Formats: sequence, structure tokens, C-alpha cells
Amino acid sequence: MKKKSRNSNTVLLFITIALFVVMYAVGCIVYKDKGFTHLQTFLNILINNSGLLCVACGMTCVMLTGGIDISVGSLIALDCMLLAVGMEQVGIHPVLMCLIVLAIGILFGAVQGFFVGYLGIQPFIVTMAGMFFARGMTAVISTAQLSINKATFFVNMANIKLEVPFGIGAYTNRKGKLQVPYIRLHVVIALLVLLVIFLVLRYTKFGRNLYAVGGNEVSAAMMGLNVKKTKMQAYILASFLCSIGGICYCMNAMAASVTQATGFEMDAIASSVIGGTLLTGGVGNVIGSFFGVLITGTISTLVKTNGKLLSSWSSIAVAALLCFFIVLQSVFALMKKRAK
Amino acid sequence: MEKNVVLTMRGISMTFPGVKALDNVDFTLRKGEIHALMGENGAGKSTLIKCLTGINAFESGEIHVDGISGPVVNHSTLDAQKKGISTVYQEVNLCPNLSVAENLFIGREPKTRIGTIDWKTMTKKSQKIMKDLSIDIDVTQNLENYSLAIQQMIAIARAVDMESKVLILDEPTSSLDDNEVEKLFVLMRRLRAQGVGIIFVTHFLEQVYAVCDRITVLRNGQLVGEYPIEELPRVKLVAAMMGKDFDDLAAIKTEDKTDYSKAPLYIEAKGLSHKGTIKPFDFEIHKGEVVGLTGLLGSGRTELARVLYGADKTQSGTMKVNGKEVKINAPIEAMNLGMGLLPDDRKAEGIIQDLSVRENIILALQAKRGVFKLLPMSKQIEIADKYIELLQIKTASRETLIKQLSGGNQQKVILGRWLATDPEFLILDEPTRGIDVGTKTEIQKLVLKLAKEGKSIIFISSEIEEMLRTCSRMAVLRDGQKVGEITEDLTQQHVMAEIAGGGSK
Amino acid sequence: MSKLKKLTGRTLFLPIFCMLLVMCANIIYDAACGNFALNFFTISIQNGVLYGRLIDILNRGSEIAILAVGMTLVVSASAGTDISVGSVMSLAASFCCMLLAGFGVSSTNELQMPLIVGLLAGVLMGCLCGTFNGFLVAYLDIQPMVATLILYSAARAIGLLLCNNLIVYIRNDSYAVLGKFIGPVPTPILVAAACVIIALIVLKKTALGLYIQSVGINKRASRIAGLNSRKIILMCYIVCGLCAGIAGLVNSSRITSADSNNIGLSYELDAILAVALGGNSLGGGKFNLIGSIIGAYTIQAITTTLLAVGVSTDVAPVYKAIIVIIIVAVQAPAVKDYFSRQSAKRAAAKARG
Repeated sequence: MKKKSRNSNTVLLFITIALFVVMYAVGCIVYKDKGFTHLQTFLNILINNSGLLCVACGMTCVMLTGGIDISVGSLIALDCMLLAVGMEQVGIHPVLMCLIVLAIGILFGAVQGFFVGYLGIQPFIVTMAGMFFARGMTAVISTAQLSINKATFFVNMANIKLEVPFGIGAYTNRKGKLQVPYIRLHVVIALLVLLVIFLVLRYTKFGRNLYAVGGNEVSAAMMGLNVKKTKMQAYILASFLCSIGGICYCMNAMAASVTQATGFEMDAIASSVIGGTLLTGGVGNVIGSFFGVLITGTISTLVKTNGKLLSSWSSIAVAALLCFFIVLQSVFALMKKRAK
Repeated sequence: MEKNVVLTMRGISMTFPGVKALDNVDFTLRKGEIHALMGENGAGKSTLIKCLTGINAFESGEIHVDGISGPVVNHSTLDAQKKGISTVYQEVNLCPNLSVAENLFIGREPKTRIGTIDWKTMTKKSQKIMKDLSIDIDVTQNLENYSLAIQQMIAIARAVDMESKVLILDEPTSSLDDNEVEKLFVLMRRLRAQGVGIIFVTHFLEQVYAVCDRITVLRNGQLVGEYPIEELPRVKLVAAMMGKDFDDLAAIKTEDKTDYSKAPLYIEAKGLSHKGTIKPFDFEIHKGEVVGLTGLLGSGRTELARVLYGADKTQSGTMKVNGKEVKINAPIEAMNLGMGLLPDDRKAEGIIQDLSVRENIILALQAKRGVFKLLPMSKQIEIADKYIELLQIKTASRETLIKQLSGGNQQKVILGRWLATDPEFLILDEPTRGIDVGTKTEIQKLVLKLAKEGKSIIFISSEIEEMLRTCSRMAVLRDGQKVGEITEDLTQQHVMAEIAGGGSK
Repeated sequence: MSKLKKLTGRTLFLPIFCMLLVMCANIIYDAACGNFALNFFTISIQNGVLYGRLIDILNRGSEIAILAVGMTLVVSASAGTDISVGSVMSLAASFCCMLLAGFGVSSTNELQMPLIVGLLAGVLMGCLCGTFNGFLVAYLDIQPMVATLILYSAARAIGLLLCNNLIVYIRNDSYAVLGKFIGPVPTPILVAAACVIIALIVLKKTALGLYIQSVGINKRASRIAGLNSRKIILMCYIVCGLCAGIAGLVNSSRITSADSNNIGLSYELDAILAVALGGNSLGGGKFNLIGSIIGAYTIQAITTTLLAVGVSTDVAPVYKAIIVIIIVAVQAPAVKDYFSRQSAKRAAAKARG
């Protein structure tokens, strides 16, 4: 009985990891001559998706409670725009500016969380309003295409190369120069976020409350948990992590525009769902989401490496994967129901 | 407070709008006893328990709990829990996605020095709790991996570990099989030995006699009495629940009924069943016949009717309607064969709350006609008015929303909905619940009139008297199984003996 | 007080009230700017076509009105919204233009196939998307907004693929038929009117309205009464897809091109807002199509007014998002309870005092 019931959730995570391995292996074989086998390619996936990783962690927390947050893409655009305008045009110190961005994230999450938790409005409607609000506010700040190059402290931080020690994975490029694989500072930030959220979900009361609320809201309330507060906290955490993600994203892109990060919510939700987080809540963890991010990252890298494929292929592939996993979840749920 | 008594409730009263739900009810629970709280639907069992656990506020009366001076008023289940009163409901109120250990400790998790959850201690403590109750499971597994019985026991373990003096089990056995029920009983007896007072609410008579020490019976919000188990044999219990003095029952005889066995068969069902709700049964009904389905709530009377109608799909057997073999996959198919079902849960399955009386009445007829053949408005009005008049539905107008009507009138609207389809076969599940006496008689008369017109009718009711008046034959159900039919000697005494089942003499 | 309550209780109170509010704002703005105060209502004929702010609103609001028809049904039957409509608009337009211009062609003067084939294909594509959404929602029991999220992102991308990442221009007057004028009247107004009228007739002449509301209010009871709720929900999504397809073609015809990235952008918000402004609960159940239509034009009036005041199209969603949240919050049970408790308290205080 135990064996059989170590259930569909583990199966989902297993499928995810296997999918990543297969996809990456296929990439290595097909694009061997384009350098796909180098360690740096893998690290580039991390570099390009550090922001996504942070956002996916937050998304997972919200989805554990049975909710969803589709405002993340717009919030990132808002963050980037704030950083760009604040640092470049107004001349505020980058550290202060980052703190402002984080504070705005918390405030944004608190408002959304209040509407979802305390007023009981559907999370989708609330965060959709949030999505348009944040995107609109971005346009209020500026509609220009800005790039960040004057804020020296920020630029320096973004340009830090952390090389892999002992020259692991080093290779000589075509010009005969030795290339040591590296990551950027924001990857470290993102990985730290991942670690912290993993620990929070596992070892704190708040983390377990998220699971309980998503598992069965009525029961959670009966067992003495404050469901409304927990939900609100989840949205605050999500928007806060999204703002960290916004800073990471900005360090990678070093630019800001109104249309930045459109469709980002899709990648974040897909990463979470592919990583085994149930849309109905209560099941999932950030390790799965990490692999989810790797998969979405690999897809876009594959599309880019191919060079001939249109970039829209990657969003179609992500959407198709999301669809596949949602249907899978739904089928598992139906099977479970039938077994009872 | 008397020695050995853990809980007393004195003179508890409460009213829901228009209904006296509890009228001056007393209840006493002693240390180390299992006390059954019995009563038919609407008797006030669940209301009494809700008053105790703080979900409902009672209007008058007092509750005393052992060890707490002065009267106790709870404002929430949590509140009650803190005072040592824990409840385990029919649907397990735990989180299926968390481990057994977490479910036992959620809200009061053991912490390490730095304030994180101490999983090791939690697991160890949980193992000890489970061991003490002789439940051999791996506490680190998710709750959903275990059977309902185990989940139920874990819920009980959680309640007991919070140092409860009073444990309320609200129909914990309704989804368990015999084996699982037995396991649960072992646990209950063990807790009794430890001195916990247990209130056991159930519909299964067998179980009451298997495990309880004492029975309190409620009816229509009033206390019928409190009896030690030895002094209340089954038949007397059923009589007490249904409000009849058993010895007087023999006097009520019903008028002679026509013999329908010569009339053409309308339905001939063999071996139909639905997993988990009703075991395979045979059933037949003739044209113009009124057949009663009787049994206590949860006996399978509703479920049998639902399978016939296709509301629950049958998993076995065959069914013939008018001599032709049919397979019913959805209610609409049953309707096209001329059937109709008035469901017992009016709110969940009967009324469409935000639609008007008119729309509610024509809904089934319209569904039968199909989407493109809209009934013209004049026709709709005609039909609505006809049934408002015929059934004397009290409504401000035919355009009033049905949710604004009283329960009895809502029921009449649903009845009108089915009559409008001119059915050949009508299943009426508790059609008279919550309806005043005058209307009840009207409905009974209507049933007889419909039968005379050649319609076949299944009549389900908790009131045997009213079934005796209308039915020419009764099928008896017990514990999810059709156990027999009564065609002759239709008397209350006989019917009750059948309902109560074995050991009734 | 009771009169006020009666008035606010009317089904069409909210949309008409909002419409009047927007009109007042316009009058005040015009007066403040020193223009003729009733500028908003002035309609003139210039170059043989109708001209004026009101006409502009009716014209520009056509797509939203068409979308509102489908969205109203979806909200009513499934208690969820279809957030893919904007993307589906784009996909339908791209598909149509791709067929008319030929794959990979970015500009054409000659149509590769009859116009009607292209238009029908575009509409059909909309239906196909609707079927996909409906299947996920009705038969796999996936939450409506999660299900439609898939096409929300994928449909636009597929559209880009069909157009080979280009903006496809159809430089042929016949393609502009849906977006320009018939006589003095802008065609989109006529298309929208036709859609609304057909929808109203269908709802009036068939039992569809009753079925949809019944399923939206109480699925289980509807089933017992003989309705097939899955089929009905599926059908609502197909109609919604159909409407999105038509709206997409109208939008594309206006600019005689398929700009996959921009057609239908943030129209989902407008459509949902139209339904909410129309006095319909986003929790499903009873619906009022007329309300949604008035709501749709009110949204457009808001957008036009904002533009006139000098708020750019990029910023307009800020205001709309706030309006959505306010409307939904007012409808929320928690808020309703709070107000009824307050008024009960006041009544109690009055009784005492």
C-alpha cells in the first residue's frame, strides 16, 4: 500500500526531472558543434533565468495556497523601470533604489493579498487587475526605452563574474583563448532565494501553514490556523520575491521598457506547474520549480541556439508543456477520485 | 455537578427563522461512557452538537463542563477545543496533503531552539500517540495515503491528544466498511476505558447496540428521553425516533389496497447497484402503483432511487422500462422515458436559487423539449400559473425568485416542475419534509390522484404513517441494501420491525 | 432612502449610472476647456461620413461589445473568465491574413483566395480556440482562467508563427470592408450591432439563456432537471471564441493588416470589465447581455475620454484596473456582509434611540 501510494506527486516530479535531462541531452547531441555541451551553456541558462527563478519561488508559495498571481510580469517591468529611472535619471543610490523597489513589492503584495485573503475575491481577477495596474504605472513613469549604464555601482555589481573554481568545465574557444565558466552575482542571489524559500517551506510554521491552507481550507481553519492572514502573507511573499526577481532581471537585462517581461507570468506559472505544484494547491516545492525553470530556460536556449526558429516557438512550447502538465494533473485527480 | 459527569446541557433552546430547532433539551454525559445521540432528520441532533461546539449560538439554557466553574459558552470550535470538547466529523477535517505527524500537531508544532519546526520530536511524539492507540502506521507518510478509517482514527487521535474530556463523533462511520468500523470501535472502547466521554451520532442501529452504553433520543427538536441501552430494544428505539408508542401502533390499520400485481409492469430492474452507496438490488413497479421505500436515513433509500433515475450511474444489472431494455446514463435519458425525480436535498439539487418561480417550474419541461423549442412566454405563464394554483404555492408573483420562498413552497415548485413534464413515473424523495400538516395531506392526496391516473410513484419518507396512507407496497432498506418487501400486513408495527432488522423481537 | 434602494436595485442601474458619469465628466471637461459643453454629443457629417466623439466611441467600442457577448455567457455558465480573447483575436486575424496573402508574404495587393474564405477561416480559428478552452474547462474540470491562460500566451505566438514574425499588410480595398464605412456609417458599428442582435434573438427565441443561467447557478440541480452542463459550458466557450474571432477580423480590417503583437492587446481586461460594469456577477449565474453591451461602450467612453484628457493608451489600464477592483470588491460577500451589518446596527440604534 505504501509503495503504490508514494503517489502521483512524486511521479510528476520524476517526469519533470527526466524531461529536463532528456531535453538537455537532446540539445547536447543536436547542437554539439554550437557549444551546447559546454558547462557555460548550462550556467547561461541560470544567468538568463535568475529573475524567473525568484519569481517562480514566489509563484509556488501562492499556488500552494490554491491561488495564483499573474501580475508578476508587469511588476518586473515596473521594477526595472523604477530602477532605470531612479538610478539613471534621478540619481538615487542603487542600494536605496533596490530597497525602494522591494518596499513597493511588499506594498503591492499586501494590497493584492488583502483583496484575495480578506475580501475573498478570486485571485485571478485581483492579480489580473494588478497586472494591468503595474504595466500602466510603468508607462506612467516612462514610456521610453531606457538602458542602464551610468549607475556605476549597479553596473559593476551586474558585471561581476564569479568563475567556477579549479577550472572545472574550462575550455579553449575558437580563438584559442581559455574560457573559464562563470556565473553572475544575481544567480547567487536567486539561488540563495531558492534555498531560503526551501527552508521556509519545510521548517517554519508559516511554510507549513501554506500547505495546510492549500490542502483543505476548511480543515485548516478548524485546526486553528488563520487562513485569511496566511493567504495575505503568501501574496506579500510572492510580490516581494517578484521584486527581488525584478532586480535580478534588471541586472541581466540592464534595460527597461513598458513591454518588458510580457508573458513572464506564463513562464513563472509554467515553471511552477511543470515542477509539480498542483493548481488546486497544497502540493509542490521549490526544488520542482527549480527544474521547471531549467526546463523553460532550456527550451528558449534550444530555440535560440537553433537560430532559424522564431522566438515565438519557445512560448508555444512552454504553453504546450503547461497544457500537458495541467491535463496530467487533472487526469491524476480524476483517477484519485475514481479510486475512492 | 454530579460525580462522574463530564458534561451537562440543561434546557437548551434555539430557533432558526420560523423553526424551533431545539426546545428545552437536556443532555448528560458521564465519564467513560459512549453515549448515542439518536433522531431522524430534523430532530435536532446536529443543532445540539453545534450549540455545544460553538458553531450555533443557543438562546437559552446552560452548559456545564467538568472542571470549569460556571456555565460555558463556546464561540467557535477552537474555543470548545480549549475547554476539552473535540469533534470529529463525518468528512475528515484534516489536510490530506500533509503527513500524519503534521496533522496531529498542526497549530502546535514542537519547535527547535531557533524557532524552526522540530520534525524529529514531532515524529517521535506522533509515533508514541499512534502506538498508544495501537494504530500501526508510518507517521511520516501523507494522510491521503491511508484509508478513510485510519484518517478518521487519526482525527480522533488528534482530538484525544489535545486532552479532550468530551469527544464528539458525528457520523464517523458512514463511509467505512464493516472491518474499518470494527477497528474504530476498538479505539472507542479503549478511550472509554481511559475515561473519555464520547458522544456518538450515527444512523446505524447495529452500531449503537454494538458499542454504546446509553442512548438519548431527540425528535422534532425535543427530548424524547435518555435510556440505558439494555432498556431500549431496537424496535422501541425506532418507535421513539419516529414518535410512536410501539404498543399503540398495532391499532392503526390502513384501508385495503388494490392489488396491482395484474397491472402492466412499468419498471423491471435486476441487480442494479452503485459502488459505495447501494448494493445490487431488484426492483419492479407496476403502472398506477405507489411503492414506498423505507428505512432509516442513510439506509440506501435515496441512493436506490437515484440509481433508477440515472442520477448515479449503475455499475451492474439490467433495467427494463415498459418491457424494453434501456440503459440510463444521465437524468435527461430517464426523463425522456417519462421519469422524474424530486430530490431530498432541495437546496443542493432541487431549486435554482436565482431563477424565478416560473423559470423553475418550466425548467424540466424545457430541458425535455430541447434548446431550440422554447416554450412561448404565454405558455410558460399558463403552466406556471396552473401549478401555482394547483399546488397553492404561496408566492408574491410568478416572477419572484425561488430563494425568497419558504421551504415548503420551494418544494411545491419543484413538484410542479415535474408535474409539468407529465411523467409516467415519479420518484418523490422526502416530498413533505419541512412542510406544514395541511400541505402534507394535500401532497398525499395528490400522490393518490396521480396513481389513479395510471402513473407509477416511488414515495420516500421518514414518516411511516404517511407512507402507509399512500403506498400499496413497501420496500425496506437497511445499511445500503434492500432487505425485503412488505406487501401484506402493512402496519406501522410490522414496518418498524422490518426497519429495525435482526434481534428486534 | 427606499426609493434610492429601488433605483440601485434595478438590473441596469450600474451600467447606465456609469455611462452617465462618463458623459458628465466629458461635459465638465469640455466646459472647463472652454469648448462647447455638449461637444461630446455633437454628430456631424464630414467627407460623407458621420463624425463626432459619440460616433467614435460607438465605432471603437465595437470589438469590446462583440467580445462582451461571448464573455457574458462564459462568466455566467462557468463562473470564470476567458482571458485568452485578446490573443485569440490576434490569432484569428493573423490566420485570415496569412491565408489571404500567402505564407511568408508581408504585403500583398492581390488576394490569394476569395475574401470570404479568409474571413470564414479566421472565424473558424476563433471557434477552434474556444473549443479548446471549453474542453479543458467543461470536460477536464480545470479552472477557467488557468485553462484559458494557455491560449492567452500561445495564441499570439502561434499567430506570429503563421505570419512568419512579420506584420502582414493586405493592401486591397476589399479587405477593409469590415473596418471602414458603409455609406456614412462605420462598418464595425454595424458588425457589432449584428452580433448583438443575433445574440439577443437567439437568447430570446431559444431556451439557451435559461440553460446557461441554470447551469451557472446550480450545476447539480440542473443535471437532475435534465440539462447537460458540460455541453452547455463547452458551447459558451465556443461562442466566446467565435466572438473573439469576429472581433479580431474587425480590428485587423481597420488597419488592413495583421499585427500579431498588437491586435487585441489588453482587450481581455476591457471585455471582463464590460461584463462587470454591466452589473453581472463575476461569480456566475444570472446575466444581462444588454448590461454588458452598455458596459462595453462605457469602457470605450472611458478610454476615449482618458485619451481626450491626455492620458496615453499605455496608462489607461491603470484606471480600468482600479475600476474592476472596486466593482468586484463591492460585490464581494465579505464587503456586502459588512455593510448589511452596519445598516442593521444603525437600524438597531434607531430603534433604541
